[in-house]
Amino acid sequence: MHEAAVHPHAPPQGFLRTHVFSVDHKVIGKQYLDLALVAVCTGMVLSWLMRLHLAWPTAAIPGLDKLSPNGAAGGVITPEYYLSLMTMHGTIMVFFVLTTAPFAGFGNYFLPLQVGAEDMAFPRINMTSFWVTLVAFLVLISSFFVADGPALSGWTAYAPLSAVGKDAGPGQGLGQTLWAISIAIFCVAQLLGALNFIATTLDLRTKGMSLARMPFSTWAWFITAVIGLIAFAVLMPACILLILDRVAGTSFFIPSGLVISDRLQPHSGGSPLLWQHLFWFFGHPEVYIAILPGFGIISHILPVFARKPLLGPRAMIGCLIAIAFLSYTVWGHHMFLSGMNPFSATLFSVPTLIITIPATIVTLLWIGTIYGAKLRFTTPALFCLGFVSVFVSGGISGFFLAQPSIDTYLHGTYFVVGHFHFVMGVAAMFGIFAGTYFWFPKMFGRMMNETLGKWHFWLTFIGVYCVFMPMHYLGLAGNVRRYSAFTDDYLKPLIPLHRFITIAALFTGAAQLIFLFNLIRSRFRGPKAPDNPWEATTLEWATTSPPPFDNFGGKPPVVQRGPNEYGVAGAGGADYLMQAAPEPAPAR
Amino acid sequence: MRTHSIAVLATVLITGGLARSASIVGAAPPRPPGAAGTISGKVTYTGTPPKMKPIDMAKEPNCVTQHAGAPVLTENVVTGPGNTLRWVLVYISAGDQGSTPATETVRLDQKGCQYIPHVLVLQPNQPLDIYNDDPHSHNIHPLAKLNPEWNRSQPAGAPPIHTKWEQPEFIPVKCNVHPWMHGWHLVVTTSHYAVTGEDGAFTLSGLPAGKYTVTAWQEQFGAQSQDVTISGSETKPVNFVFKATPY
Amino acid sequence: MGKLFAVVLTIITVVATAIFVMRVWWLPADISVHGPWIDHQLMETMLSSGILFVVSQLALALFVWKSGDRREGRKIKIFPGGAVPMVVLATVLVGAEILALTFVGSKVWASIYQTPPDPNSLAIDVQAEQFAFYFRYPGADGKFGGIHPELMNEASQNFFGLDPAHDTAARDDIVVPTLAIPVNRPVLLTLRAKDVNHAFYVPELRIQQDFVPGLVIPLHFTATQPGKYELVCTQLCGLGHYNMRAYVEVMPQEQFDQWLKQQAAQQ
Repeated sequence: MHEAAVHPHAPPQGFLRTHVFSVDHKVIGKQYLDLALVAVCTGMVLSWLMRLHLAWPTAAIPGLDKLSPNGAAGGVITPEYYLSLMTMHGTIMVFFVLTTAPFAGFGNYFLPLQVGAEDMAFPRINMTSFWVTLVAFLVLISSFFVADGPALSGWTAYAPLSAVGKDAGPGQGLGQTLWAISIAIFCVAQLLGALNFIATTLDLRTKGMSLARMPFSTWAWFITAVIGLIAFAVLMPACILLILDRVAGTSFFIPSGLVISDRLQPHSGGSPLLWQHLFWFFGHPEVYIAILPGFGIISHILPVFARKPLLGPRAMIGCLIAIAFLSYTVWGHHMFLSGMNPFSATLFSVPTLIITIPATIVTLLWIGTIYGAKLRFTTPALFCLGFVSVFVSGGISGFFLAQPSIDTYLHGTYFVVGHFHFVMGVAAMFGIFAGTYFWFPKMFGRMMNETLGKWHFWLTFIGVYCVFMPMHYLGLAGNVRRYSAFTDDYLKPLIPLHRFITIAALFTGAAQLIFLFNLIRSRFRGPKAPDNPWEATTLEWATTSPPPFDNFGGKPPVVQRGPNEYGVAGAGGADYLMQAAPEPAPAR
Repeated sequence: MRTHSIAVLATVLITGGLARSASIVGAAPPRPPGAAGTISGKVTYTGTPPKMKPIDMAKEPNCVTQHAGAPVLTENVVTGPGNTLRWVLVYISAGDQGSTPATETVRLDQKGCQYIPHVLVLQPNQPLDIYNDDPHSHNIHPLAKLNPEWNRSQPAGAPPIHTKWEQPEFIPVKCNVHPWMHGWHLVVTTSHYAVTGEDGAFTLSGLPAGKYTVTAWQEQFGAQSQDVTISGSETKPVNFVFKATPY
Repeated sequence: MGKLFAVVLTIITVVATAIFVMRVWWLPADISVHGPWIDHQLMETMLSSGILFVVSQLALALFVWKSGDRREGRKIKIFPGGAVPMVVLATVLVGAEILALTFVGSKVWASIYQTPPDPNSLAIDVQAEQFAFYFRYPGADGKFGGIHPELMNEASQNFFGLDPAHDTAARDDIVVPTLAIPVNRPVLLTLRAKDVNHAFYVPELRIQQDFVPGLVIPLHFTATQPGKYELVCTQLCGLGHYNMRAYVEVMPQEQFDQWLKQQAAQQ
C-alpha cells in the first residue's frame, strides 16, 4: 500500500510492443486520446452536416451521396439520414469523446503518475480495455456502411422504436443492432477500466501519498471510476436485453398490440418504460462521468496558474463525492413526462435541485480561488476560466429543467439541447482543452504554441456562446428538438436564428483546425519542454518530460505534503512546494 | 386481405407463359400477327360496399390546398355508377402464352399526398421511376415479402428513385409520413393484364387460342378466377361480381 | 489578457441577459387555465437563476480583471473568511431557493398532473402513430368502441382498429385528424400509442405528455382562447418525427357542436 509496486515488466522491445500493443499506461492513455481525437473530428463533422441541413434543408451537400446513396440521394439529406447523423453524433460524442478523453485518456496517463505508481494495477487489463473500446468504436462506425444506414433512434435509443427492428423504419435494422452491440462492448471496456482505476488508486499510492494528499484530478478520476462501475454495469445488461428483443424475439421492452408499418408485432408483455429507467439509471451518472474529470482537471490546473491554493480543498472533494452519490438518485428527471407515475416526478425533482448545492459550491470555490490571485494567462488557464463560465451558463438552465412544472413546457425543446451542450459538452471539452494544453509538455516533451492556443481559446469561447446560448431562446419559443426540418407554422419564423447558429457552428468548428494544427505541429516542432514548465506541485512534474517507462526511473517519490502548496515560500525563491520535495529550510 | 393476396401470388408464381397482349394501362404493345382472341367484361359488386370516406390531410396543408373543394376519397374500395368496381386487376393467372418481358419505364408519382396511380401493374425487372412532385418530403415503403423490402424518404428536390421488382408479388405500398397514402405495386409475369377504370370495364386482347384462367383481384375483396377457352379471333365476355360488405 | 477576458465575458453576459429581458424570442400566448401557473413558476425561476447567472459571471469577470494586476510585490489574497462562509452561504441561499421553488412548483405540477379531471370533461381518445395524430369522439351513444389492433387499417381509415361489424358502440365513433375542442370546457384526453413513443405538445396550452405503447395515459386541461394552434410530437419516433403534427382548433361550444355533427355525417 505504501510502497509503489515494483514494475512487473522490463521496458518492451520492438515497435508493436512499445507503441501499439503496449501495456504502458502512458501509451494507452495517448491511444485513448488519439481515439477521442478521431471520434471528436467525426462527431463534429456530423454536427456540421446537421446544422447545414437545419438551416438550408433542401441544399445539396456535394459528395454526401457517395457516403450514403440512399440517405442523401443527390446530396440532399433525407429526414432519416438526419436522424442517423444526430444519433451517431450523440453516441460518438458521449461515449467515445466525453467518456474516453477526460476519464480514460488523461486518467490513464496521469493517475498512476500523480499517485507515484509505476503503472496501473493491471496493465494487461488496461491494454485490453483500450482495444475493446476501439472495437466498440469500429462496430459503431461500420453502421455507416450497412444498407439501411446507421441507427436513428437517438443516443438514448428509446424502445420500442429501437427494439422492434426494421419495421420501425430505415436505420432500425442492422444499424440499430450494431449500435446496441457497440455500446455493450464499450461497457465491457469501461468496467475493466473502472476496476483498474479503483485498484490503482487504492493500492498503488507511493509512500506518503495518503488519500488526503491526492491531487484533485486523481480524486475526480477515482470517483468517476466508482460511478462508472455502477453505471456501465446497468447499461451493459440493458443493451443485451435490447439485442435479444431485436434478434431473439424476446419482449423485454415491447408490449403487445403494436402495429408498425401495417404489421401487428409478434411481441407481448414488455415495458418501454423499463428501457428508459435502465438507460437513465446509467445515463444520468454518465453526465457526471463526462464532467467530473473536468472538475478535477480544473481544480488541478487553476491553482497552478492562480499561484495560490485552491479555496476549500476538503469542501471540493466533499462536493465531488456528494455529486457522485446524488447522481444515482435523479435519473427520473429525464422522465417527468414519460408516463411514469406523476408523483415520482416530485421525488426525482428534489435531489436534482439538491445537486445544485454542491455544484454551486464547487463553482464558488473556483471563483473564490481566482479572487486575489496572480493569474498567469496561459492557454490552459484561459480554458479553465472559460470552463467556469460555460459551466455556470449550463448549470443555471438546470434550475428550469429540474422542475417538473417548467419541464412541462421546456421538455423536448432546444432549451434542453442548449443546457446539456453547455454543461456536459462544452464544459467537458474546455476541461479536455485545458488538460491538453497543460499536460502536452509532459506527454510529448514539447511545448504547444501559445499564440495559436490563445487564438483557439478566444474563437472557441465566443463561438460556443453564439452556438448554444440562442438554443435557450429557441427552447423558450417552443422549438422542438430532433426535427430534421421546421415545417410547422410556428417554427418557421425561428429559421433565421437557426441559420445564425449554423454559421456560428461552422466558424467555431473551423477554429478547432487551429487546435489540430497546433497539436500536430507541436508534437514534432514544439520547443523542448522542461520537467516542470508550469511550476506545479504534483508528482507528474517531478519526473522527466516525457516520463521514462517506469515513470520515476526506479526511484519512487516519497510524498511530503498535499498538492495545494502554492503561494508559499519554496526553495530558491519559488512560490510553491512540490509534493515530493524535502522540507525547505525555514524562512529567515 | 393479406391471405387473399398470398393465394393470388401462388397462382401468379406458377403461371408462366409466352403470349403477348395489350393492357389498358400504358401504351399497347404491337399485336402479334395471326388470329388473336379477346376477353372483355366488367367488374361489379353486390351488397353494400364500405363508404368512400373523404381523407382529411390536415397535417399537410400543402395537400389540403391542392385538393381544396374536392377532398380525396379513400381508394381501398372505389365504386362507380351501376355498382362497378374500380382499381381491380384482371389478368391471366394460368395458361398464359405469348407474354414478353416489358422494358418501358413505368412511373409512380407522389402528388397531392396521393400515389398516382393507386394501382400500378408491372412485370418483373421492368424499370420503375418514383417521383416526388410535392414541395415536401415523402417516404416510400413497399411492404414486400418475396422481394426485398425497402423504406426510403424522398425530400422535395431529391432525384427520382430508379428501381424495379424482380419477383412476381402483390406489394402494398405506404408512405410512413402520411398514413393515408396507400397504393399497390402488382408484379405479374404475364403481359395480359388490365386494371378496371371507374366503369369497371376491362379488355385483355391479343390472346392466342388456348385455355386460360382469368383472375380478378381487388385489394379488399380478394380474388376470383374463371376458366376461359379462346379459339381463334373471338371476343369472349367474362364478368366478375364481388360480394361487398360495409365493414 | 485578464482585462480582455473580463470585458468579453461581461459583453456575453449582458447581451445574453438582454435578449431574455427584452423577450426577443419568447413563449407564445398562454391559452390554458393552468398555463399562467407554469408561466409564473418559469418567471420566478428566470428571475432567481438570472440573478445567480449575472452575479457569478460578473464576479468571475471582476476577479479575473483584478487578478491580472502585475504590480511588483503584490501578494496573493485569500477570499475573505475562506471557504466555510462561502459553503454555508451557498447551502443556505441555494437551499432556500430550491425549497421555495419545490414548494410552489410541486403544487403547480400536482394541480396539472395529479388532480382528477373534472367529471363533466369532454372525453376524447387520442392515438399517436408514425407519423400522425388521430382523435376519436364517442359519437351519439357517448361510448367508445373497442380497439382491436389486428383490425387497424390505414387504407380504409380504420386508424383505431374498430370493429363496427360486431361492435355497435364503434359504429358512430367519429375519427378525425384534427383536435377540435370547445373553449372553456375541461377536456380529458386518453393517450394511446399505436407503435412507438410519441408526445403531445401544444406550446400555447403549456402541456406536454408522452404517449407510451402499452399504456393509456390520461391528460386533462381547459383551453381559454379560441383559435387554431399546432400540436407537435416531441418524442423521437422515426423518420417522419419532424412532420408529425396536427392542428388544435379551440372554438365556441355552438360551433363545436356543429363541427361534430358535420364530421359525424362524413364517417
